[in-house]
Amino acid sequence: MNYRTTQRIAFSFLFLANLLVIIPAVLIIVIIIKNGIGAISWEFLTSAPRMGMREGGIFPAIVGTLYLAVGSIVFAGPIGVLAAVYMNEYTKENWLARLIRLAIINLAGVPSVIYGLFGLALFVIFLRFGTSILAGTLTLGIMSLPLIITTTREALATVPQSFREVSLSLGASKWQTIRYVVLPNAIPGILTGNILEFARSAGETAPILFTVAAFYLPRLPKSVFDQAMALPYHLYVISTQVPNVKLEIRYGTALVLVSLVLSLNLVAIIVRSHFRRKKKW
Amino acid sequence: MVDTVKIETNGLNIWFGDVHALKSLNIKVIKNEILGIIGPANSGKTSFLRSLNRLNDLNPKAKLEGSVYLDGIDIYKNDVDVGNLRKRVGMVFALPVPLPLSIFDNIVYGPRRYGINNRRILSEIAKEALMAAYLWDEVKDRLNQPAMKLSGGQQQRLCIARSLAVEPEVILFDEPCSGLDPISTAKVEEAMMELKKKYTIILVTNNTKQAARVGDRTAFFLMGELIEIDKTDKIFTSPSDERTEGYISGRFG
Repeated sequence: MNYRTTQRIAFSFLFLANLLVIIPAVLIIVIIIKNGIGAISWEFLTSAPRMGMREGGIFPAIVGTLYLAVGSIVFAGPIGVLAAVYMNEYTKENWLARLIRLAIINLAGVPSVIYGLFGLALFVIFLRFGTSILAGTLTLGIMSLPLIITTTREALATVPQSFREVSLSLGASKWQTIRYVVLPNAIPGILTGNILEFARSAGETAPILFTVAAFYLPRLPKSVFDQAMALPYHLYVISTQVPNVKLEIRYGTALVLVSLVLSLNLVAIIVRSHFRRKKKW
Repeated sequence: MVDTVKIETNGLNIWFGDVHALKSLNIKVIKNEILGIIGPANSGKTSFLRSLNRLNDLNPKAKLEGSVYLDGIDIYKNDVDVGNLRKRVGMVFALPVPLPLSIFDNIVYGPRRYGINNRRILSEIAKEALMAAYLWDEVKDRLNQPAMKLSGGQQQRLCIARSLAVEPEVILFDEPCSGLDPISTAKVEEAMMELKKKYTIILVTNNTKQAARVGDRTAFFLMGELIEIDKTDKIFTSPSDERTEGYISGRFG
């Protein structure tokens, strides 16, 4: 076998691998759209479920999901970014820093259902928040923290060290250097990480299962101590717990959830490319 | 005129991890002179320079012993305000590093950090600094353009102007022309000659001819040691150490 043939075979395998990645993604979206598009209507998006969730819309679940996603990022975004700034700019490389970094990497790998159990134990029971939006957002927030910290640290690390040296050599303090040189140049990466975690929080089921999700609550939550419906859990409920829900409603719900998450990812991509074009070094 | 000592080191040793980068350095820098520092790579030139504005502090592996006096005051004493020290001892790096801001914002970066926000004052500072760095005529009509768009030589003069804008007393040049073409180099050197009237300048360079052109005195570093320091003419015509002669005549380095 000559090297050209070998190369051709290698290329085919690489191409095939790519194809295998694309096919499921396309199939999922096509199937969801095909089965669910019929259910989408103004009424479906803006009214509460009726008749034991077999009819009506998913409005409370959409609102609940937005509450949870926004709440979790409001909680985890600032903490994660500040923690990352501290870790990347202030700590010296020693065993404690390595331990913390290891802990964060491990936290990122913890299955989301474990976060759910943790949230149940800490927020719902121990801190007596009850099954509530507060408990749910905090649980989602803690789940988001490791990745927010990791992506923020990566964004900070891409700011050239020479920028920091220039700022310091001009007599700026360390904080001024972070505030006026490091953070402005790391913002695109930081935003991307935050938006992606926002989208993930909107789509996660396990962490909200025990901490916030209402089986059926055909009204909007009244306070942060109220329960709320949420799209992923609602989808689970109407797909497995309630008999005789029309296929169309299930896929319609899935379509709304997927659209929400994908459009947030799209926003993240746009933000990133917008800043990348503006990046001048 | 009596020569005033601006900077003096006493038994200055610097290590990076296990590497002994600078060995028991005793050197005096006279006010308003250009002191050229030459020597092959890894001879401790840059380590010396970065110890004068305490930029070595950023390297967690760096360890320093001995003293550095600026106007007779040890800059490594605990109560020294490092920000203020770096304001007094400016630095121009080997590669021009414009911040990703406009030309104007680059120049006034330092002054703004000291709380000057008056646009009129900032404009004056910027104009003065750019004129002193021989850049004003080339950029006066486009101060709001990104500094990254300037040519390499212009960027380096921008960096000089940026250092001048904080009104330092000493300017450290760390191989400021290593990435520049001969014409840009000439312009930077022209700026330096003018600057020494007001400032004390230490110029680390890999280009021995540059030290010969602009330096009042020249010091030769080798393997972390100061081999010889003297009037530039003397160093380049009749050095007292044969290693100096070997280096400047191109036998090694």
